[in-house]
Amino acid sequence: MEKNEILNQVLSVFHDVLDNEDIVLTYETTANDIEEWDSLSHIQLVVAIEKKFKLRFTSKEIQSWKNVGEMLDCIKEKVA
Amino acid sequence: MKDFSALKKNLKKDFSSLKKIKVAILGDSATQFLCQALRGEGYDKGFDLQVWEADFNQIERQVFDPTSELYEFAPQVVILFQSAHKLLGKYNKLKPDAQGSLAFQELSAIESFQATLQSALYCKTIYFNYTEIDDAVFGNYANKIEASFLYQLRKLNFGLMEFAAKTGNFYVSDISSIQNEIGKANFFQPSVYINTEMVLSIEAIPKVAAKTVAIISAINGNFKKCVILDLDNTTWGGIIGDDGLENIQLGTLGIGKSFTEFQYWIKKLKNRGIIVAVCSKNTESVAKEPFEKHPDMVLNLEDIAVFIANWENKADNIRQIQSILNIGFDSMVFLDDNPFERNIVRENIPQICVPELPEDPAEYLEYLYTLNLFETVSYSNEDAERTKQYQVEAQRATLQQKFTNEDDFLKSLDMISVVESFNKFNTPRVAQLSQRSNQFNLRTVRFTEADIEQLGVSGAHFTFSFTLEDKFGNNGMICVVILEKEDADTLFINTWLMSCRVLKRGMEHFVLNTIASHAKEQGYKILKGEHIPTAKNEMVKDHYKNLGFEQSGEHWVLDAVGYENKKCFITIK
Repeated sequence: MEKNEILNQVLSVFHDVLDNEDIVLTYETTANDIEEWDSLSHIQLVVAIEKKFKLRFTSKEIQSWKNVGEMLDCIKEKVA
Repeated sequence: MKDFSALKKNLKKDFSSLKKIKVAILGDSATQFLCQALRGEGYDKGFDLQVWEADFNQIERQVFDPTSELYEFAPQVVILFQSAHKLLGKYNKLKPDAQGSLAFQELSAIESFQATLQSALYCKTIYFNYTEIDDAVFGNYANKIEASFLYQLRKLNFGLMEFAAKTGNFYVSDISSIQNEIGKANFFQPSVYINTEMVLSIEAIPKVAAKTVAIISAINGNFKKCVILDLDNTTWGGIIGDDGLENIQLGTLGIGKSFTEFQYWIKKLKNRGIIVAVCSKNTESVAKEPFEKHPDMVLNLEDIAVFIANWENKADNIRQIQSILNIGFDSMVFLDDNPFERNIVRENIPQICVPELPEDPAEYLEYLYTLNLFETVSYSNEDAERTKQYQVEAQRATLQQKFTNEDDFLKSLDMISVVESFNKFNTPRVAQLSQRSNQFNLRTVRFTEADIEQLGVSGAHFTFSFTLEDKFGNNGMICVVILEKEDADTLFINTWLMSCRVLKRGMEHFVLNTIASHAKEQGYKILKGEHIPTAKNEMVKDHYKNLGFEQSGEHWVLDAVGYENKKCFITIK
């Protein structure tokens, strides 16, 4: 799956979980850029993404991402 | 069931018309999501749960410090959630010779939490039991070693049940059964736990919230009282009218097993006090034949309070059942294998609960177990008698048709009432009536057994319970009145509630005669009443007016001294 396609699917997860259709994601987006994205909703996002792509992240991976792009790379590696 | 995101979306809705309940949650793991889910689930059940969350891992401090935020918040419900993971952490730190007393130690701590909470707050406590963790140190042999973690955990869960059985205002939310249902791999997600200190997975949270809100809901009088059964392919396999008595499926072979086990479940519900009714598209004599003649039927006709079999529309038939039983549609469950019938009923009577039974009858029971339809917070011996009482009511209705004069009819019933103040024998039934009565209930104050014991020792109340017996049978306790000493002259009617089974029998007059003469004897001059409207008690809107009380602002008052007894045909025993 292409990274861009993954981005689109992840975006729909963000819209649903954070209940805000206006959210826009780029590879550089971080939690600081999105008001609703706090440490708690982060875990909700992670679990929803795991469910969507039918994969599991390790606890280390969940803590390691610095931006959306790194998370997408991690997903890409697992679905490849 | 809604998932966590859906519950969270409820938080943005309008809670202003919902009943407010203050709930405190104290946990030894992260509980933020659980708080949100409780509030979201509460919305769907008609409650504005105002949830206050203690800081992480502060149970002891909050409970034992009388100046803590917990007591400042003054919740009506306190949820205590000590997780199995933290229990394992405690166990791990114990010296081997102390491990065998972990359950005992924890139980003592829980008992002192409860005692302290009750003396300071008088709240309902909901305690989460422990989800099983097998640390696999002993393997199966753990079952033989008292000091093993598994042994201690299970002992603690059992100890909790024993403690709950003898302790008022203490309820166990059985989250262990949720883990059994969905499996530990789904209930607990290690990566979430490592990153957030949350021991519940996102998938488990809505189920835990539902299990917990069910208790709060039942405490507040919302629960199911009646199950209505379809017959063909629901109660037995096959179609009695086509297949005949010999060919319907029941018993110990093949798919017959499913229906027999289903009937045993219904029988247990009936024995617990759930009213069972039948609503079937059949000719009545044909529908009754299996009940009378089939050797493998578990249910018999005495188990069924109302039996309706005809070719009319099921929604109309259910309305008829409702009018005979006189209970709300929202306290009824309708079980039918046919999706078409289910939809008709659902569309016409939206309040009724209509489970989406699986296509395969083999799965009926497992599916029904997961719905937790019959949550309750009380159980008394009278529950088992309820079906009989409703059958008697049907006979009484037939007699009434023969009398044109109502007084003659009432006289012919030979009604007798036993009037008693609350005591330890009638307390469970008083509590239950206060939780179950919605329609004939002037102020809808709910009492638990512990609340009632409290009333007995307060010295500020006169309490009355009334039974009603007639020539057809004994209705048991059907009415409760609590008078509160407001001042030297005035008794305030804190509670007046009555079972709708005994409407139009002159019971209101009998009760008023009783309490007015009691007031006079005790030297009081005024009886003061109040009607607090709810969605369900419109029936008693003019109750005090009809009884001759005069309006005085928000209240109704009656001159007890000048009161003359009203006509009634009930004699006191």
